[in-house]
Amino acid sequence: MSLITDHILTWVTFLPLLGSVLLWTIVRRDSHARIFALVVALADFVLSLHLWFHFDSSRGDDQFVEKVAWLFNGQISYHMGMDGISLVLVMLTTFLGPLVILSTWKAITDRVPEFMAFLLFLQAAMLGTFFARDMLLFYVFWEVMLIPMYFIIGMWGGQRRIYAAVKFFIFTMVGSVFMLVGILYLYFQAGSMNLFDFLEVALGHEAQLWLFAAFFLAFAIKVPVFPLHTWLPDAHVEAPTAGSVVLAAVLLKMGIYGMLRFAMPLFPDGVAFFAPAISILAVIGIIYGALVAMVQPDVKKLVAYSSVSHLGFVVLGLFSLTPLGVAGGIFTMIAHGLSTGALFLLVGVIYERRHTRQISEFGGLAHEMPVFATFFMITTLASVGLPGMAGFIGEFMILFGTFGSETLAHAKLMTILATTGVVLGAIYMLWMYQRVFFGKLANEKNKGLPDLSLREIAVLLPIVIFMFWLGVRPGLILDKVEASVATVLAPLNGGPILTDDPGHHALRAEPEPGQDHPVFIVRDTENQ
Amino acid sequence: MESHATESLLRWIVLVPLLAAAVGGLLNRRLPKQVAGLLACGAVGVSFALSVTVFLRLTRMPAAERFVSDTMGTWIGFGNLQIDLGFTMDPLSGVMALVVTGVGFLIHIYSLGYMAHDEGFGRFFAYMNLFIFAMMTLVLGENMLMLFVGWEGVGLCSYLLIAFWFNDEANAAAGKKAFIVNRIGDFGFLLGIFLIGTTLLPHLAEGEGLFSFRTLQHHAGIMAPVATAICLLLFLGATGKSAQIPLYIWLPDAMAGPTPVSALIHAATMVTAGVYMVARMNFLFVLSPTAMGVVAAVGVVTAIFAATIALTQNDIKKVLAYSTVSQLGYMMLACGVGAFGIAIFHVMTHAFFKALLFLGSGSVIHAMSNEKDMRVMGGLKKKLPITFWTFLIGTLALAGIFPFAGFFSKDEILWKTFSSELGGVLPWALGFLAAGLTAFYMMRLVVLTFFGENRASAEVKSHIHESPATMTMPLVILAVLSLVGGWIGWPHFMGGGAWFEQWLAPVFSSGHGAAAHGAAVHGAAAGEAVHDTMMEWILAGASLAWGLIGLGVGYFVYMKKISIATSLRNLGGGVPYKILLNKYYVDEAYEGTFIRPGYLLSKNVLWKIVDAGLIDGLLVNGSALVVAITGSVLRLFQNGMVRFYAWSFTIGVTVFVLYLSFSG
Repeated sequence: MSLITDHILTWVTFLPLLGSVLLWTIVRRDSHARIFALVVALADFVLSLHLWFHFDSSRGDDQFVEKVAWLFNGQISYHMGMDGISLVLVMLTTFLGPLVILSTWKAITDRVPEFMAFLLFLQAAMLGTFFARDMLLFYVFWEVMLIPMYFIIGMWGGQRRIYAAVKFFIFTMVGSVFMLVGILYLYFQAGSMNLFDFLEVALGHEAQLWLFAAFFLAFAIKVPVFPLHTWLPDAHVEAPTAGSVVLAAVLLKMGIYGMLRFAMPLFPDGVAFFAPAISILAVIGIIYGALVAMVQPDVKKLVAYSSVSHLGFVVLGLFSLTPLGVAGGIFTMIAHGLSTGALFLLVGVIYERRHTRQISEFGGLAHEMPVFATFFMITTLASVGLPGMAGFIGEFMILFGTFGSETLAHAKLMTILATTGVVLGAIYMLWMYQRVFFGKLANEKNKGLPDLSLREIAVLLPIVIFMFWLGVRPGLILDKVEASVATVLAPLNGGPILTDDPGHHALRAEPEPGQDHPVFIVRDTENQ
Repeated sequence: MESHATESLLRWIVLVPLLAAAVGGLLNRRLPKQVAGLLACGAVGVSFALSVTVFLRLTRMPAAERFVSDTMGTWIGFGNLQIDLGFTMDPLSGVMALVVTGVGFLIHIYSLGYMAHDEGFGRFFAYMNLFIFAMMTLVLGENMLMLFVGWEGVGLCSYLLIAFWFNDEANAAAGKKAFIVNRIGDFGFLLGIFLIGTTLLPHLAEGEGLFSFRTLQHHAGIMAPVATAICLLLFLGATGKSAQIPLYIWLPDAMAGPTPVSALIHAATMVTAGVYMVARMNFLFVLSPTAMGVVAAVGVVTAIFAATIALTQNDIKKVLAYSTVSQLGYMMLACGVGAFGIAIFHVMTHAFFKALLFLGSGSVIHAMSNEKDMRVMGGLKKKLPITFWTFLIGTLALAGIFPFAGFFSKDEILWKTFSSELGGVLPWALGFLAAGLTAFYMMRLVVLTFFGENRASAEVKSHIHESPATMTMPLVILAVLSLVGGWIGWPHFMGGGAWFEQWLAPVFSSGHGAAAHGAAVHGAAAGEAVHDTMMEWILAGASLAWGLIGLGVGYFVYMKKISIATSLRNLGGGVPYKILLNKYYVDEAYEGTFIRPGYLLSKNVLWKIVDAGLIDGLLVNGSALVVAITGSVLRLFQNGMVRFYAWSFTIGVTVFVLYLSFSG
């Protein structure tokens, strides 16, 4: 067992890659490929459960660390680690993995082994991105991720798939190039590619601004932050369902994760300088995304724009620079992963049956497909942040954290504007729901559409259960990330930074036992 | 914090209807109708019985200590933010619990008959039980966020039940409108919560639950400097839920739902949630005379505004809907003048007689083969005797005729408005005027529906019949309550003990302590008015006489001299009538100022010009084009060469990494 548990992060990351390789080489029958991919994804989920149950929530530093010198006398290392923030995102990824594969059972009939191989390859790259603590390693995972997604959109996508795939590719590449320059600059300063060595580099004010801008651009494109979002609706509309689900549920979170892990702790001056502007972009994204979503004639495009709005909330929470807002942002990432993932799955269900996603083609579907309508309704409510479901907790923490922020300029005004997103969210979602499901069944083509199959229910039900579970028991996530959020935010207030040297325990920003940290300020300066 | 009794029964008051909703909803059509109906009614019955049990326990406690709680652990715990998942019952929530589960139970029974032939029977009862769950969470929630869970939950059930017959898209639109208008209110409510939280959090001791009502009350003084802002934000939420100006517009449309829903949700319980919330937060509202003034003004203006619209409506349910808006205005008026106890008293009596009136109208609609237009009704007195007599009792109660329930609560509101420092002669006069209009439009409704000749088609006429016992029995019980239900508030000047107000006094008197902190509203907090017995008698007499006059005039005009109605309609060239009939064109104004321009702006400017044109067209594809001219990206686009590049990238990276690995 210890062969696995001592290198658990490697196993979790590379098991899907191994599966992918086998799909290219050995498992070549369509039906075998499906089962095989599902088994691999399930096995990966089971492996990741080990992380969940053995994670020590009281610590804010990395756990399950694996560090092996790799290149240039260890200046570059194979360094994997996992804190609470990585943990919850990894769990989201491995949880959705098998469900996504199961959802493609009937939808993908062309070059099945290749498709499954790309999906597993993508999963491996995403997991590696969340674990990597060496910047080169991170950059490799980050870039490699593009390839399977590019092919998933470009080969199994809709009519304009090439345009969308290339757009997706080039957008992300452009941002990454700037980040690469930043990484190289830091490498020459630190003499290593290790994140924790980067954290100890004393950077000048000006350098911090430039570096922050370079990193932020790369991450902002991925999120996407307004006005860098126009690749997203195209990518979503053209991508096959499975691609859209992974894209919305996990891939977009890479951008947020990158900000949180790298751009924010590394460049506190950059954060302070740019936070007001970024929060304005975030608020614009919330309102603009919602308004544009409202007028979309295509359901999938509507959901895509709703992501721009939701992710605007997350960015606002991050740059409120309060533990509450940041934790709310992380929570929303999970909640959005579930609700938007489920929305894309549901849109896929109807697309498989009718080969259209135009709202005007539907109406009265609740008559023909009551179970589908019920799942869609629950997911709609999760998406609009109904209290008692996961989305509400995240939104509430973000808005409350931003409202109480003492660092962010015009925090109260920002909160007021952002809160209008709560109203707009209800408008675009419920209006869409009404036009698709209510009214008379006018369109003859919709008569006799089969309701959800057992397989489709099996895909959706676990997600729906977690929408409720996390809404009632948010501690499931919050307890895991609380200490890590404090650690990540510590450098922003001149607090101690984290090192990966076991001898430096004193420098860890761990919560003092028995005392609750204030949620609106990064560190309680009175207690220092 | 002082220790208090725990009562683990509390959670089951809330959870039993939830479980029943889940079972009923999941099994839905697989459940025979009898079983589904029994399950749903049984769940609410259990909830009612448990509420009574806990309520009786409260009565046995000393007045100042009437408080039980049931905590199910932490809901949101992060840093020093601590929000519990818990329920409490004090005299105020106790009364609300009894009203909600009691009236709710009767309406569930009634629905057995009313919905008997509906194919969505199981779904209907699942939603109804879900509603009881949400409403009880709202009422019994231990803190503001739990209240908000219930608050949005009842909004959801309202949405689902208004759109219950979704075949007709108008119903679906009405449901959506209700949800969205309520969300506009919630926008304010949320900001109010944030302002409370940020103000209070730094002052809390270890383990004190933020947003817990006990904590808020205990630290009300800290919030005094921002009390006006907090209260106005919260009140925006209340105007949404309790259908006050400017957010009342959803309630009349909500009548698209099945009539038991109109009775339960849109008359007796959910719409009073705003009033309940203001009363619950009384310790903050009394800190801000400005906020109290706004509450009172909005309340009284809504009361008279909606009453004028009710004068002209032809749909029997629309008349009752505007009447509800108007009566909710009275409740807000009571809160605004500091008479929170009386406001809750009116919540209760109104729940009795308005539920009765709606269920009665349901019985009429049932008999008339789903006809709602009063112009084709008439003469139903003989054919629907139980419905008629119970309806008449409800009408007398609503018109405020002694000794029916509405007399006691409405008269007290008018008296407190007249005598309180926060009230005055003008708000009293407006309230008084509205009371007369109420009596008039109710008599118009009764005459048009029950008196004279039946104006329906022969086909419809032949089907007219009294409703089954499951429907008439709740009518009779509610009629009894509409008669005697007000007597527990028999006022002092008439030799009573105003027991209802006394029961609630511990909840509202604590406002004094907070008021001393903020030194805001003197004495008005507990509705301590100048005791002028003589004046009270005079006003009560006047208001009774005024109600009788309203009824009399209504009867005379519509029964004896219909020509008066016709000439009233043609008054001023028919313009005033047309304005009232079209509800002052408020919906059209919102449509023209917000909805339509918002849609067009989003579609034509934001999406087509900004997003597709400016950002994507000019910036993104424009820069791609520039690159294409200098380089050859565009050619690569078209040849599918990017695929080749991606492969090169993959292979390149792999080779690079392998090379470095083995050479390093």
